[in-house]
Amino acid sequence: NVGILIRLRADSHCHIKNEDDQWQIKEHFLTPLGSVVKRLPEHIQVDDPDVLKKLAKKLERQQIPRRLDYGYKVSLFSHLLQYSRKAPLTQQLSIPSAVIHPAIVRLGLQYSQGIVAGSNARSIALLHAFKQVISDYTTPSNEELSRDLVNKLKPYISFLNQCRPLSASMGNAIKYIKKEISNIPSQFKEDDAKKKLLNCIECFIEEKIVLAAKAIAKSSIEKINDGDVILVYGCSSLVNHILCEAFEKGRKFRVIVVDSRPRLEGREALRRLVQKGISCTYVLISAVSYILPEVSKVFLGAHALLANGYVMSRVGTSQIALVAKAFNVPVLVCCETYKFCERVQTDSFVSNELDDPDDLIVTRKGETQLKDWQQVPRLGLLNLVYDVTPPDFVDLVITDLGMIPCTSVPVVLRVKNVDLL
Amino acid sequence: MELQAVLMAAGGGSRMTDLTYNTPKPMLPVGNKPLMWYPLNLLERVGFEEVIVITTREVHKMMSTDPKTKLDIKMKLDVVCIQEDGDMGTADALRHIHQKVKTDILVVSCDLITDVALHEVVDLFRAHNATVAMLMSKAHEFTETVNVPQRDFVGVDQSGKRLLFMANEADLEDGLIVRRSIIRKHPRMHIKTGLVDAHLYCLKKAVVDFLAENKSISSIRGELVPFLVRKQFSKMTSGQKRMDDTETVDQKNDGLTNDDLFFPSRDEALLQLAQERSCWNDHRGDMSEAYHGGKLRCYVHIMDQGLCYRVNTLSAYIEANRMAPKFIEEPAVHPSAVISERFQMGSDSMIGAGCHVADKTSIKRSTIGISTTVKEKVKVTNSIIMHGVTIEEGCNIQGSVICSNAVIGRGADLKYCLVGNGQRIEPEGDTYSNTKKSILLEVSVTFGLV
Repeated sequence: NVGILIRLRADSHCHIKNEDDQWQIKEHFLTPLGSVVKRLPEHIQVDDPDVLKKLAKKLERQQIPRRLDYGYKVSLFSHLLQYSRKAPLTQQLSIPSAVIHPAIVRLGLQYSQGIVAGSNARSIALLHAFKQVISDYTTPSNEELSRDLVNKLKPYISFLNQCRPLSASMGNAIKYIKKEISNIPSQFKEDDAKKKLLNCIECFIEEKIVLAAKAIAKSSIEKINDGDVILVYGCSSLVNHILCEAFEKGRKFRVIVVDSRPRLEGREALRRLVQKGISCTYVLISAVSYILPEVSKVFLGAHALLANGYVMSRVGTSQIALVAKAFNVPVLVCCETYKFCERVQTDSFVSNELDDPDDLIVTRKGETQLKDWQQVPRLGLLNLVYDVTPPDFVDLVITDLGMIPCTSVPVVLRVKNVDLL
Repeated sequence: MELQAVLMAAGGGSRMTDLTYNTPKPMLPVGNKPLMWYPLNLLERVGFEEVIVITTREVHKMMSTDPKTKLDIKMKLDVVCIQEDGDMGTADALRHIHQKVKTDILVVSCDLITDVALHEVVDLFRAHNATVAMLMSKAHEFTETVNVPQRDFVGVDQSGKRLLFMANEADLEDGLIVRRSIIRKHPRMHIKTGLVDAHLYCLKKAVVDFLAENKSISSIRGELVPFLVRKQFSKMTSGQKRMDDTETVDQKNDGLTNDDLFFPSRDEALLQLAQERSCWNDHRGDMSEAYHGGKLRCYVHIMDQGLCYRVNTLSAYIEANRMAPKFIEEPAVHPSAVISERFQMGSDSMIGAGCHVADKTSIKRSTIGISTTVKEKVKVTNSIIMHGVTIEEGCNIQGSVICSNAVIGRGADLKYCLVGNGQRIEPEGDTYSNTKKSILLEVSVTFGLV
């Protein structure tokens, strides 16, 4: 089932097209034509007061404090949440956190402060925290583990969502865990059930992340020839892994690392590659069209792969892909299958993440120009995190299932869904 | 459970013996509440439900029986009594309650009065998986930083959060030596000397276990924390080398390496996997991974705004009394006090329960304790009057501290004095001292003018 998210004007309804090509209106639907209508997630409807009220009620029920919006938002993105890093959610929690498991509080803090960043890292850290939660869990009497544990996890997931909106990979991991928990037969003893769940989590990480990385590295090495000049953008754990493996296998290539403000993640990628011994060049994204004539391939990482073939990745990726296309340089996207998402997006406005606007403020020679930006009327600082790249700019997607064109992503999704059922 | 709170209330108050020779320090009244109420209030406000209180038998008795020192706290207090001889340091006390400690702990000293947002310290502890996180504050003017013979040198990194170096001047005989390993990892270090250590520490449970085995450490502030700060940068050895290492002891308390103090959390391998894939680093400019691969990390939160007092000297005590109304939400004048109409009171004064204040008195910037009697025409300025004091008519008290149950005779004129517990000042006594915070007057011995 594929749901299309089209951001229309605020007074129109959102229409959703399901498999049978029948148009259905989201809010008032008359008869379900066979499949479930997808609701818009709340975190992209922040300018709708009803949605906010519902969210506030839900959080109150789960006893989780609500994180407040910060600063003036640019009008095109006023439907998204914008938080300040200086106002963590823990300010409103009691200190020995009683409602939320300490491992989850720690994880939420690490997300909101950016200590754990990157799609794979966030998923692994999430699963690690869930392992601790499951180990510490005891089934209350009169309850079944398969139902109660899922209910226990819901407030934790809301809390993590408040700290930082969940990524697509995290969403898939959570779906997998919830399914595993619900499938625990009721005659299992608690210890056995917990052991089985911990095992499942470890299998998931082993298969979908670690082994997938190995498989992708193996396929990609075939694409890297001696004498290549490879361009990478930002810090993608998968792309770094591929390049390090290729270097170890003896391929001779050099890397150009492209970086952009305010995150400047390329510095970390640069450090890892140079530590291995790969010769690297470092440029900022404004220089990408100057450096592209030297490049033979572009390797990009992805945050998620959407069902219509669009690649959702760090903001700036679509620019790199565009310029590479203009120079006829092949663009290869590396992505594990657990990051494939059923969402469909054609632009970067509908669903995105707004980071702390104060990150854009820089102090040079003791002077901070934007120090009082909040006082200036109609000045907004926009710190986008993600953007989407159309499939026309992507030549190949390397996944653990093989090397596929961008348009085959829905096929993979369909196959995956059949597997899960 | 995430954190257990431990309140250290067995301290002697060695720097203000004038006040503490009769009343134990945790029970000294500040703003008409016992001193230990303030840290307990801080913990209660933040959401703690139980506190382990380490104190002496005398204080415990006062806590439970004496109505003047009632604590008014809704949390569950687990009181552990230790001997009063004063040989037990704070780390020894932690060793004593080792069995009760089940998770990471938050150690607070009983003489801390602060309005810090505690989540700032605890967030550092949580987010960076730190071994110790502590609180410090920029010193205010009244503290005698100039006269203090032993300065504390605190070195922090560029972000101001990571603790790199901590030493007391008394331990540095040849001057301040900074190890090359620290400079190599953190080329920019800020060394500060004007900081007040709030004695609030978040410690990992592994540290308490370590203390239980290493009986040589007796003070948290003096020995444990500097030890941990030093250990951040000591070499990490692999398993084989550790066998040979026991001979090469290059520092006191050693044979221990970084690895020993680091007890792996559950699923360490998974955490390592997540760390490797995360594109975050706490420093840049060199080739090492986040935290330089070190497992032992010490963090500090330095408050630059807000109140933070450690009441361990007389001047701190006086200043704290002045600031006390800000912490207490009760009205300045207790409802049970009997006050006459023609009476002047300044806005930052406090009058305790059961007081009798007569006509034509003037009370400015002072604290009057519980059950105190103030007769007519008395002028009290800038002073602290403790419980059960009787002040006869016509007295003039300025800048003084009058301890419990003292009697000030008629017409006495006291400037900048400290009257001990139960002393009696003769009527028309004319007593004053030269400096604000020094001399204790044994009234019955020295003065007695009629």
